Amino acid sequence: MKKFNWQIWAAFLLSLFAFLSYPLLFVRFPVTRDFPWANLLFFVIALALMLFGLRRAFASDRAHPLRSKISGGILATLSLAILGGFVFTVFIWARLMPASHGAPQVGQQAPDFTLADTTGRRVSLSELLSTPVKDSALPQGVLLIFYRGYW
Amino acid sequence: MRSIERSLDKFHEAGIRPVAISVDTPAESLNLSKQAGYSFTILSDPNTEVIKRYDLLHAGAGIKGNDVARPAEFLLDSKGTVRWINLTENYWVRARPEQILEAAKLLK
Repeated sequence: MKKFNWQIWAAFLLSLFAFLSYPLLFVRFPVTRDFPWANLLFFVIALALMLFGLRRAFASDRAHPLRSKISGGILATLSLAILGGFVFTVFIWARLMPASHGAPQVGQQAPDFTLADTTGRRVSLSELLSTPVKDSALPQGVLLIFYRGYW
Repeated sequence: MRSIERSLDKFHEAGIRPVAISVDTPAESLNLSKQAGYSFTILSDPNTEVIKRYDLLHAGAGIKGNDVARPAEFLLDSKGTVRWINLTENYWVRARPEQILEAAKLLK
């Protein structure tokens, strides 16, 4: 009689979820973003399920045919690859950034610039610093946010 | 930037104008601000002119192998003097609005 080895499938799907939920969900909340403990927790559960499922698949009874051992092995390998991909993306790739020694330091004047806004209008930093930010009150300051871009 | 938008009222109350800068064209930035509902100013630096002047170039790191800006935040006072910096070392981890608003108290 063939039994469906659900633990291995659940472990595989859970590892997939553990990976994807970081960029798609947990990165939105600082508490789950700064250290991905929620995702690592899902990976731990997935690994436990996987070990349990593999033990069943490779048990020396006849309930699980060779096919179950092969699919178990493949799914276990894929799940480990997903975990490896997660560790690389979150702990290594995310830190592959050039150091910035020449950035303006605290106390220095920020270099002025003129760039186009989303309507194509040219805007200068000095203009941003001197245009009212709210109810005709002049800005106390400007927060410059440099980001990688959408594409 | 999502968290900045969510705290935009608080930033405006503190007199802080958030301004985002990337290599995206104005049309791409417009697309992003429409999709994500951003109402703060977004500027385009497709030639990485300003990004280089601020030493924030991450060469070849774009999706098409193009040059982009490494993430960074600068808080300037009304005279344009840098009062606070965050040069993150982790792409996923950016300054939290509370951190920036705390730093904004220095400006008063």
